[in-house]
Amino acid sequence: MSGHDHGDDGVSRRKVLECMTWAGTGVLWTVTGGVPRSLGIIDSAQAATAAVPGMSFLQISDSHVGFDKPANPNALGTLEEAVGKINAMPAKPSFMIHTGDITHLSKAAEFDNAERIISQSKLDVHYVPGEHDFLDEEVKFYRERYGRGTKGQGWYSFDAGGVHFIGLVNVVDLKAGGLGNLGAEQLAWLQDDLRGKSKSTPIVLFAHIPLWTVYPEWGWGTEDGGRALEQVKGFGSVTVLNGHIHQVMQKVEGNVTFHTARSTAFPQPAPGAAPSPGPMKVEDTKLRSMLGVASINFKQNEQRLAIIDTPLQG
Amino acid sequence: MKTLNRRDFGVDLGLALAAAILLPATKARADDMDIHIDNFVFQPAELKIKTGTTVTWTNRDDIPHTIVSVGKFRSKTLDTDDKFSFTFINAGDYKYFCSLHPHMTGMIKVE
Repeated sequence: MSGHDHGDDGVSRRKVLECMTWAGTGVLWTVTGGVPRSLGIIDSAQAATAAVPGMSFLQISDSHVGFDKPANPNALGTLEEAVGKINAMPAKPSFMIHTGDITHLSKAAEFDNAERIISQSKLDVHYVPGEHDFLDEEVKFYRERYGRGTKGQGWYSFDAGGVHFIGLVNVVDLKAGGLGNLGAEQLAWLQDDLRGKSKSTPIVLFAHIPLWTVYPEWGWGTEDGGRALEQVKGFGSVTVLNGHIHQVMQKVEGNVTFHTARSTAFPQPAPGAAPSPGPMKVEDTKLRSMLGVASINFKQNEQRLAIIDTPLQG
Repeated sequence: MKTLNRRDFGVDLGLALAAAILLPATKARADDMDIHIDNFVFQPAELKIKTGTTVTWTNRDDIPHTIVSVGKFRSKTLDTDDKFSFTFINAGDYKYFCSLHPHMTGMIKVE
């Protein structure tokens, strides 16, 4: 919290909330009957022990390995810190999801470095690509490393702990003036994948760019995301996870909870709060409060979901 | 930058050089154009040029961008301070965008 203004001229509610976010090491959310409830800022160790009876998994995102600009000259280092946090968790999550932009420029060495650090978590990792992972001419580095067993450009599904997980790719074939894109082939596959699933099966969709429209002026949304959401509408519990915007944001619509994760590399401004969505330069002392990981816990048979966002440093 | 030639001015070379000295530097170099990317925006977003003009884009953001005009030209990924040049031989309207951030669009009108 150093460097934050605590002048005598009255601290606004927003500032207090900002300070709280920085002070806490985690925010625990529970969702009951589709309504999110924050249990307040609690210590991450407490959160992890308090909310673990069901299955839990972790989300990390936007590692941007290779990024070396002033906003964070050592993105590999902060990824390593995030993995250190994960290894220090009192309860080991079942697995991890990485929602894309593993690398910054899709270079072989960047993929190698990312793999070397992330594998230290000793967790299974399920990836979806971000646009920064598809920059090599033939788009082969991501596919060769993570694309095995996937369909099309890298989409797939799997089941864990009674939950059906679906990894989607919305960073291919982007059209001028448009947003993220899933495409007809992937939407048809999704329909097929969901066919015959019981409506009580909890569904987790994860993709890099938000499937919901966060801020179209900055391209923060998916052109045909609504068509994917339409297909999961009838399910009792749907959680949509993404990265790309490097900040925590959550919204609930009916039975669907949308959640974006922090980056482990650099923060980005709130929608419209800066001239562009480019990397946000903050004081060194603040950087780690704006990077982090999210863990998600399911309590089976209770329709309850808790998302804990843990910054690298309070 | 392309050197001045007789055809551009329709006068003899000596006079053309004299004219170049009198004209502001930007005007004398009007044959080639620069576009900068700052804050996820192409500056200028629209450009009118004559055929034969070379346009050079420079990415001044901390984030990589691309320059893509579908079916016409496509840059490699431009990291910070990387440049991409394209010489427009044929007249027409060239819409282009950044394939990583498709909300970034620009237009080159070639006469």
